[in-house]
Amino acid sequence: MLSSFSEMLSYPFIIRALTVGILVCVCAALLGTNLVLKRYSMIGDGLSHVGFASLAIAYALNAAPLAVSIPVCIAAAFLLLRLGENSKIKGDAAIAVMCSGALAVGVMVVSLTSGMNTDISNYMFGSILAMSKNDVILGVILSAAVMLMYILFYNRIFAVTFDESFSTATGIKTGLYNALIATLTAVTIVLGMRMMGTLLISSLVVFPSLSAMRICKKFKSVVIFSVIISVVCFVSGIYFSFVFSVPTGASIVSANILVFAIVFVIQKIKDR
Amino acid sequence: MAVLECHNVSMSYGKNTVLNNLSFSINAGDYLCIVGENGAGKSTLLKGLLGLKKPSQGHFCSSDGLKSTDIGYLPQQSPAQKDFPASVMEVVLSGTLNSHKFSPFYTKADKNRANEMIKTLGVEDIKDECYRELSGGQQQRVLLARALCAAKKVILLDEPTTGLDPLMTKDFYKLISQINIERGITVIMVSHDINSAVNEASHILYLGNNSHFFGTAQEYRESELGKKFLGGEPLA
Repeated sequence: MLSSFSEMLSYPFIIRALTVGILVCVCAALLGTNLVLKRYSMIGDGLSHVGFASLAIAYALNAAPLAVSIPVCIAAAFLLLRLGENSKIKGDAAIAVMCSGALAVGVMVVSLTSGMNTDISNYMFGSILAMSKNDVILGVILSAAVMLMYILFYNRIFAVTFDESFSTATGIKTGLYNALIATLTAVTIVLGMRMMGTLLISSLVVFPSLSAMRICKKFKSVVIFSVIISVVCFVSGIYFSFVFSVPTGASIVSANILVFAIVFVIQKIKDR
Repeated sequence: MAVLECHNVSMSYGKNTVLNNLSFSINAGDYLCIVGENGAGKSTLLKGLLGLKKPSQGHFCSSDGLKSTDIGYLPQQSPAQKDFPASVMEVVLSGTLNSHKFSPFYTKADKNRANEMIKTLGVEDIKDECYRELSGGQQQRVLLARALCAAKKVILLDEPTTGLDPLMTKDFYKLISQINIERGITVIMVSHDINSAVNEASHILYLGNNSHFFGTAQEYRESELGKKFLGGEPLA
């Protein structure tokens, strides 16, 4: 097992995937806890579909993919987090509308321009081969920024997640921190999309936090534990995918399902 | 000096007016209970006082320079909080955030303040426990501790005794009058329980569907409205 692991590390593209992947996993796990508790578990799904549509448009226009999809996804995240508050379309319905709408737009654009090319289908199901050197640099910078912002505003993000009306009433700028959460989420989703694929990225947001929430009693330990779960599942998923030649995204999600099942059983035994 | 004034305030949801032309003022150190009929706009008024909802007419103001960072608030519990993984200490500490300008982390003073409030409310022994595993009464105390951390001048409470048994309710009222007297914090409470309100509060704001009453608890007892709702018997 050790020899196949070191063999895996001898491929530069796997090193690239691991570098960016671990960083994205950390970001997704950090934000995931807040999103799940704010009842926005599906936001990853919604945003990644919007990401797919914006990438299709970027290819059609010959524009830089990330330069188009990051701002579009941030705008979509704003819309979703705002919609939940005072619109007649509730959060879950808004995400459902956005998912199917964006997917439709993306598919239309693709079929009207070039037809399904490989790049686009990589985005749908994820591929670790999709990482170029520039992607790695951008990925490292952006995820470092997400982590830094999260740590700096950790206490306020906690307060806003736990009780939004208390925070607003006592003079905390809730809107600002909600916008921050939306922006960080959008950036994380766009970065993670390439590797996990549009269809699997939301599991990166939801699974580690859900597992951690089952066994931890403090918010801080939930956050830390979900980061650990996320990274461990990611690395073992990549390894499994390398050894058995199965898709990366799917094996990472499978690892997460396994951890969730184990935690579920542990908690059931503890409760008895 | 008036901590909070309410000038000809009306509040509405769309075309539906729930509060019509209300005026009153509260001085520092007062203990005001807002009571009234269902749908008369008690919770809406509280939202207005907290700045969570804008009045459709009139305005709230303060000649005392009250800022939102001087306010503590005990909201009704939301369903999302029921399964929130957080320790009691984490919840209480988050109340101190409104005295921060820019510093991202809790200071020693914040922790001392949180510990002091935890002690005041007698939840020391469950300090490290998980909020979602506490009983309703314990959760209410924890949220009150958080509100006290945030409150420098005024504390607003939204039906704080809902779901508490009679013994706990009595304890809770005692705590609140302690806070009012010993800390000199102005208390504004929305309540269902008119009898306790009249006994505990210094002032009563009664919101009816057609008429309002504002005055001291004594005046309310002697008024027509008060006699009707307290069952005609003046309380000892």
